[in-house]
Amino acid sequence: MAKRIEVSGLHAYYGGTHAIEDISMTVEPRSVTAFIGPSGCGKSTFLRTLNRMHEVIPGARVEGKVMLDDDDLYAPSVDPVAVRRTVGMVFQRPNPFPTMSIYDNVAAGLKLNGVRRKSQLDDIVEDSLKGANLWEEVKDRLGKPGAGLSGGQQQRLCIARAIAVQPQVLLMDEPCSALDPISTLAIEDLIAKLKNQYTIVIVTHNMQQAARVSDRTAFFNIAGTGRPGKLIEIDDTSKIFTNPEQKATEDYITGRFG
Amino acid sequence: MSTPSTSLGSVSASRKIKDRLVQGLVYLAFALAVIPLVSLLWTVVKHGTARFDATFFSHSMNGVAGRDAGGGAYHAIIGTLEQVLIASVISVPLGVLTAVYLVEYGRRGRLSKVISFFVDVMTGIPSIVAGLFILAMWMLTLGIGKQGQGFAGSLALSILMVPTVIRATEEMLKLVPNDLREASYALGVPRWRTICFVILPTALPGILTGVMLAVARVMGETAPLLLTIAVTKAINTNPFSGPQSSLPTFIWDQAGDPNQHAIDRAWSAALVLILIIMLFNLAARLIARAYKPTGR
Repeated sequence: MAKRIEVSGLHAYYGGTHAIEDISMTVEPRSVTAFIGPSGCGKSTFLRTLNRMHEVIPGARVEGKVMLDDDDLYAPSVDPVAVRRTVGMVFQRPNPFPTMSIYDNVAAGLKLNGVRRKSQLDDIVEDSLKGANLWEEVKDRLGKPGAGLSGGQQQRLCIARAIAVQPQVLLMDEPCSALDPISTLAIEDLIAKLKNQYTIVIVTHNMQQAARVSDRTAFFNIAGTGRPGKLIEIDDTSKIFTNPEQKATEDYITGRFG
Repeated sequence: MSTPSTSLGSVSASRKIKDRLVQGLVYLAFALAVIPLVSLLWTVVKHGTARFDATFFSHSMNGVAGRDAGGGAYHAIIGTLEQVLIASVISVPLGVLTAVYLVEYGRRGRLSKVISFFVDVMTGIPSIVAGLFILAMWMLTLGIGKQGQGFAGSLALSILMVPTVIRATEEMLKLVPNDLREASYALGVPRWRTICFVILPTALPGILTGVMLAVARVMGETAPLLLTIAVTKAINTNPFSGPQSSLPTFIWDQAGDPNQHAIDRAWSAALVLILIIMLFNLAARLIARAYKPTGR
């Protein structure tokens, strides 16, 4: 169910602003890749180019190539809506749909795409909530509003919602930055479990988190204000955190800058 | 600079006085705003109960002169309900869809700027001009319903209603957090489904309130109706043919008559109009509560 992502020569722009410059990397299937780097270096922007969410922002555009196995995500014939069904996303702030119950939140992606059979939906909702380690906590109140859960539960609900549409890849944009340490731990456990099935890319500001959850780590940096963000290096997480190739990476992870 | 005091002494006298003074002013302002409102309601209820009876709700003014007792507003109530209902059926979809375009699709493009500008202009149209426009366009130029027509009245009311609905809906759609749009797009939900099933339901309570305000506003409009529905005393349930009555024009007609019976009828009609608007408001609130986003 997981696919490999190959990015080559990718640039992203917001109107006239060059946000990220010439990024090439490979993201392996069934693994966790973490993006680290200072604020404003383009990690989130790059993440959003991987499921064509970048172009949702007015004036935003992308140049370059993103291959998902053999499909070019930016080929003219490709429908961005189909891309987003294949590459799911979890956001920084938990954003369950406020008008919907827990059940409907998880079923939203399926229902809004035309799956109507109740028995099928029931199964997928249960599987997704179990997959997101939330089932035991909510199984008795599936009809209650999703926005009534705690922040950590809401974020797991959003993960359940994302995996309910059975994507190939799961992108996570700082999924724990609004959560307490206990909820963070719950999400990290979940990531470790999900990587058996999905290709996972996670943006994080927390370097311990990157070290804990990821197999590979990419370090992004920015040369100065107004300059585009760049990929400095990507390597196995253990190597990045112990013996990085680049001086900038070492400075960043040892806290000498940023 | 004085040395900062470390003691947690009592609040100084001058601050207490200022606090009391401002508190008093706030209460005074509240009273000033409420007095005319309560007085208005009280006056309408006091005078309106005189003819608030079964005959009033079941009879028209057909063959009843101003000096006669009896008669009723049945024809006017029917007329108002039909005209406002038709006006709402025209302007709510038009207004909501325009607002959806402005917020979700237009995105400050040239076209949406032009539309916004004209909506602003339309908000400021005096109601009698809307009536004149329909009189000139619909009745005289197109020659439809020349003898007066309930539907022509609805059209005139729609002109007044549309900009209000657009503005209210637009504000509510802007309040829907962008997070929700992105959450929906990220699930691979197309934009139109996102709008129908995520954005509009989230904004629904606010949109309903806005629509109710628009309905309440046009329900009391008199001038555009005087020019279009060609006030009748008889019952006419068909808004597409022949003159109709309405509550505001009924009030205008009866209040202009020096006889006490007519004046009583005008007061009762005013009371009925207020009650109908209140009932509509209540209904909208109940619907809004049923769909209210919960939690947080």
